[in-house]
Amino acid sequence: MVKRILQEIKEYKAAALVTPVFMILEVAMEMVIPLLIADLVDKGVEQGNMSEIYRIGGYMLICAVIGLFGGIMGAVYGSKASAGLAKNLRKAMFENIQTFSFENIDKYSTAGLVTRLTTDVTNVQNAFIMVLRMGFRAPVTVIVAMILSFKINGRIASNFFIAMCIILGFMTFVLFKTRPLFETLMKKYDELNASVQENVTGIRVVKAYVREAFEKTKFINGSQGIYKAATTAEKMIAFTMPMMSLVVYVCIILISWFGAHFIVIDGTLTTGELVSLFSYCMNILMSLMFFAMIFIMVTMSVASTKRIYEVLEEKTTITNGENPVYEVPDGSIEFKDVVFGYNKTAERPVLDHINLTINSGETIGVLGGTGSAKSTLVSMISRLYDVNEGEVLVGGINVKDYDVETIRNQVAVVLQNNVLFSGTIAENLRWGDKNATDEEVRRAAKLACADEFIEKFPNGYNTHIEQGGTNVSGGQRQRLCIARALLKKPKILILDDSTSAVDTATDASIRRAFREEIPGTTKLIIAQRISSVMDADRIIVMDDGKVNDFGTHEELMARNEIYKEIYEQQTGAGSADFDKAQEGGED
Amino acid sequence: MPRGPQPGSVPKLTKEQKAARRGVLGRLVKYVGSRYPVQLVLVIICIFVSVICNAKGTAFMQQLIDVYILPMIESGSTDFGPLLDGIKTLIVYYAIGIITMFSYNWIMIFVAQGSLRDLRNEMFEKMEDLPIRYFDTHAHGDIMSIYTNDIDTLRQMISQSFPQMFNSAITIVTVFVYMLMMSPTLTGVTIAMILVIVFTTKVLAGTSGRYFRKQQQALGAVNGNIEEIMNGQKVVKVFCHEDEVMEKFNELNEELYNNAYRANRLANSLGPVNAQLGNVNYVICAVVGGTLALNGWTGLTLGALVSFLQFTRSFIMPIMQVSQQFQSIVLAMAGAERVFTLIDEEPETDEGYVMLVNAKEENGEIVECKERTGMWAWKHFHKAEGTTTYQKLEGDIVFDDVDFAYNPDKTVLHNIKLFATPGQKIAFVGATGAGKTTITNLINRFYDIADGKIRYDGININKIKKADLRRSLGIVLQDTHLFTGTIADNIRYGKLDATEEEVIAAAKLANADGFIRRLPQGYDTVISGDGGNLSQGQRQLLAIARAAIADPPVLILDEATSSIDTRTEKIVQDGMDKLMHGRTTFVIAHRLSTIRNSDCIMVLDQGRIIERGSHDELITEGGKYYQLYTGKIQNA
Repeated sequence: MVKRILQEIKEYKAAALVTPVFMILEVAMEMVIPLLIADLVDKGVEQGNMSEIYRIGGYMLICAVIGLFGGIMGAVYGSKASAGLAKNLRKAMFENIQTFSFENIDKYSTAGLVTRLTTDVTNVQNAFIMVLRMGFRAPVTVIVAMILSFKINGRIASNFFIAMCIILGFMTFVLFKTRPLFETLMKKYDELNASVQENVTGIRVVKAYVREAFEKTKFINGSQGIYKAATTAEKMIAFTMPMMSLVVYVCIILISWFGAHFIVIDGTLTTGELVSLFSYCMNILMSLMFFAMIFIMVTMSVASTKRIYEVLEEKTTITNGENPVYEVPDGSIEFKDVVFGYNKTAERPVLDHINLTINSGETIGVLGGTGSAKSTLVSMISRLYDVNEGEVLVGGINVKDYDVETIRNQVAVVLQNNVLFSGTIAENLRWGDKNATDEEVRRAAKLACADEFIEKFPNGYNTHIEQGGTNVSGGQRQRLCIARALLKKPKILILDDSTSAVDTATDASIRRAFREEIPGTTKLIIAQRISSVMDADRIIVMDDGKVNDFGTHEELMARNEIYKEIYEQQTGAGSADFDKAQEGGED
Repeated sequence: MPRGPQPGSVPKLTKEQKAARRGVLGRLVKYVGSRYPVQLVLVIICIFVSVICNAKGTAFMQQLIDVYILPMIESGSTDFGPLLDGIKTLIVYYAIGIITMFSYNWIMIFVAQGSLRDLRNEMFEKMEDLPIRYFDTHAHGDIMSIYTNDIDTLRQMISQSFPQMFNSAITIVTVFVYMLMMSPTLTGVTIAMILVIVFTTKVLAGTSGRYFRKQQQALGAVNGNIEEIMNGQKVVKVFCHEDEVMEKFNELNEELYNNAYRANRLANSLGPVNAQLGNVNYVICAVVGGTLALNGWTGLTLGALVSFLQFTRSFIMPIMQVSQQFQSIVLAMAGAERVFTLIDEEPETDEGYVMLVNAKEENGEIVECKERTGMWAWKHFHKAEGTTTYQKLEGDIVFDDVDFAYNPDKTVLHNIKLFATPGQKIAFVGATGAGKTTITNLINRFYDIADGKIRYDGININKIKKADLRRSLGIVLQDTHLFTGTIADNIRYGKLDATEEEVIAAAKLANADGFIRRLPQGYDTVISGDGGNLSQGQRQLLAIARAAIADPPVLILDEATSSIDTRTEKIVQDGMDKLMHGRTTFVIAHRLSTIRNSDCIMVLDQGRIIERGSHDELITEGGKYYQLYTGKIQNA
């Protein structure tokens, strides 16, 4: 998993590799300096030799400059490597998400993907630079300090060794103990945040039902839960610092006692060396503490790593077959015994043995209740999802045999939950065809009855659309989405409840335009308003995942109960809405 | 410890903001202090004692060489008795040091987590009391980030930065005193070096701060782009627009990388630069000190020099720690500011005093009672006379010449006059933005009117307690919001103490029982993420059930069935009719079939009622309603 993440380092590999080298350089200097200090004390100060003090002081300054160089270079390359890794991770995830099929997309929530691309990447970035800079620094410091200590005095240095083992053992114990505690804590955080989120978005419901007190109690309970979990986890951590200090202090005492003996009795140790030993002792233990900190950070980023890994390793479920077909002959559609379920283990499939034949150029209405699988039915055609059983043919060829891009370009779908992107209206429309001339863009807009309101905007086609298209009304947005799809000049056009916010009159003129201007295109229109499908060549009545009936308006009126019922309910009472073409009233 | 990029921005500061930020720091200290005064005093004492003990330990090294070792070498004595005594004293100091250190670490856990818990609770409690307007004017993502990012920076601040800063401060002072006692001259040298360190820190932190701000901007742009594309990912797929989308993203991503790299490069250099300056200081002190000691100037002894050199290291260390905490403190201050801004928001005011109580009729008089009787009364306390009167809740609503504006310069409702007698069904129709939803938002006082009066059973709604007013109104909104929990919990939201039978009855009324039973765990199915696993139509059915169980005398249905197809709606309609029976109901709908049987239909246009009357009357009138209803539209 970590390996997969590190693969993304790519062009920053060199930076990542030199960082520890520079850090080691810095550490080496830091280690040499106590040696020089010992010399300075022994040969210079104690002997009263000023020239020695200058000489050794000079060495120390040189070491400091080299150390500074190493430190800065380490910082520069470390920053480069970690920022680069973050960039590449974001890019790799984004790139992979672009290959996702609808099935893959459904697996993740939008918010979840955003978090993975932002917060999680930041966590990994921070942990990475920590490992690069400190992760190498700490062990090297420990080893070098240990070697030098042994060189000065083996018997004292062996104390360090024992102390180090005790601390390492203790730290492992604490980390082992606290890790599950922190995991519980994180989970509780997520829950609490989810509850805040719900309250922020659903505040009207909370207030309408006067549930403020209820929500507060719920929140305070959650908050108390976090308090408990956090204190439990941190109590363990509270032992670390004093424990470390204890070991340090014991070391100092031992050095003092034995050091004094060695100096006074054996003469095997100088006072200068004693000073060096003190600083090595500090060095070793400080490094161990750093090491513990790194470990905690890395542990905390493990969850993020896991989440990034998931996205990186998600394989698209829809790929081109061998020798894909790049040409769609015509706009005919055939469903042969199609079975499909979003959840393959579900007992009842969403589409249940569908058989349909639609001729090229036909206009087909699709009608049916909520959950009758209208949208699912049409999403099989441009291979947004793959069928479980049976096959879907477009132009007489199985959709799985086409190049995915070809089939999607020839089958234009206006999705139910459609979005516009930030940019001008013209830019948005050109999603359909980026090389479209102004004239073509205008023609598509006219067909979708969008031209009339676009022209009324002060900046016309250059009007800027806000993120999510919030500055145009629902009906306007739908018309822009239709125009965008028309620019693809598809062989098959699918409108999935795409005119629900458009008034009946405009709806009718859009359909009239379709009939007159693009007669060769096969059109599938899903709608809840019967008036939107009534004049289609044929109408599919969906019911509970099955094709209940398929025929012309007259045929269905004569024989289909469901259709008749809907018709009678809706006519007689016009289902027009008031978002009619009075553009002045819309903002 | 190097700090990478942080979510939560470091905005550019003006002088006033800086002052405000210092105020925030004081407030934070006060906040923690007022909650845990005893603990904080204890913490301060413990830190103080532990620092002293630590310094005593460092001072022992001077004694070790000067007082014990050198005299022993000179006298050739091998009597380690005095040293043993010295070490025994040292052990005592160390023991106290460890105990105090442990104590303050331990206490701080509870202080920090407790303060955070209280802050979080206070924020949430305040937030729940804020007017709807607040939620309209603040991006939800921003509000969320206060609970996550900002609180997180505060956690670091309270539990790490506070004690560490205090620890460092005491260490600096104590060590400074010791150093001064040993050698004022060398202390002067060290102070000069510290000034250099402070200066470099300022320069480096300042420059990197500029890049950090740029990085935050770039991060914002990348986040915005990601959010937009992830939201429209299906559209991207349908249009095979992956490559173009990638191109734009790469551009923004590159920009973020450049700024992140520059900012971190400088911030991470700070540590090594200061560390080496510390080493330089060491050398200078050694040279100067050596010269002094050898010449016997200022009475500096060799042991004192060694000890002093040790002290310079423990002096530089806390200063470096402080400088490295700098970035996180700036971030925490920005976070604290946002936390306190939320806490300081003006809550929804409520000057109402008329209350809604359960009532029953006894001898023709309305009497208050505890149990639910299905009958409600307004409890009116008259201050002047000191008497209490009861008035039966009927559901009679009158708008008297009401004007309303979301912001003062743009009135959205003009001279709205309407009345609904108990049990009537009043419908609002009109284009998007005509003001339908706004009217209903005034009845439950999500917003307060600018001019005119709204009366409920003859009582000015401003006199009714908001909670009681809202409890008497059942609302089904256009956007249904569900909460994490089981289906049953969500229905029960309308009446917390509802029995299982009541929940099922409400679900049946809303025609939701069927689909609920088909779910894997039926009524105990847990829905999460605002009911993401249910269809829009199913969620609306649940919202209707939720309103039904509350059993309110007045109902407001704002596009309650817009996502339910007409066929299902017809079935739901029976339930709705049952629900509406005997209740005053306000209906907003696109579909005219939904509102045909209303007692009165108001046609709204740009904040004015332009037509009113029953369906038949409006048809006869032949106005806008007629045009819409018959579909004979003369295009405007």
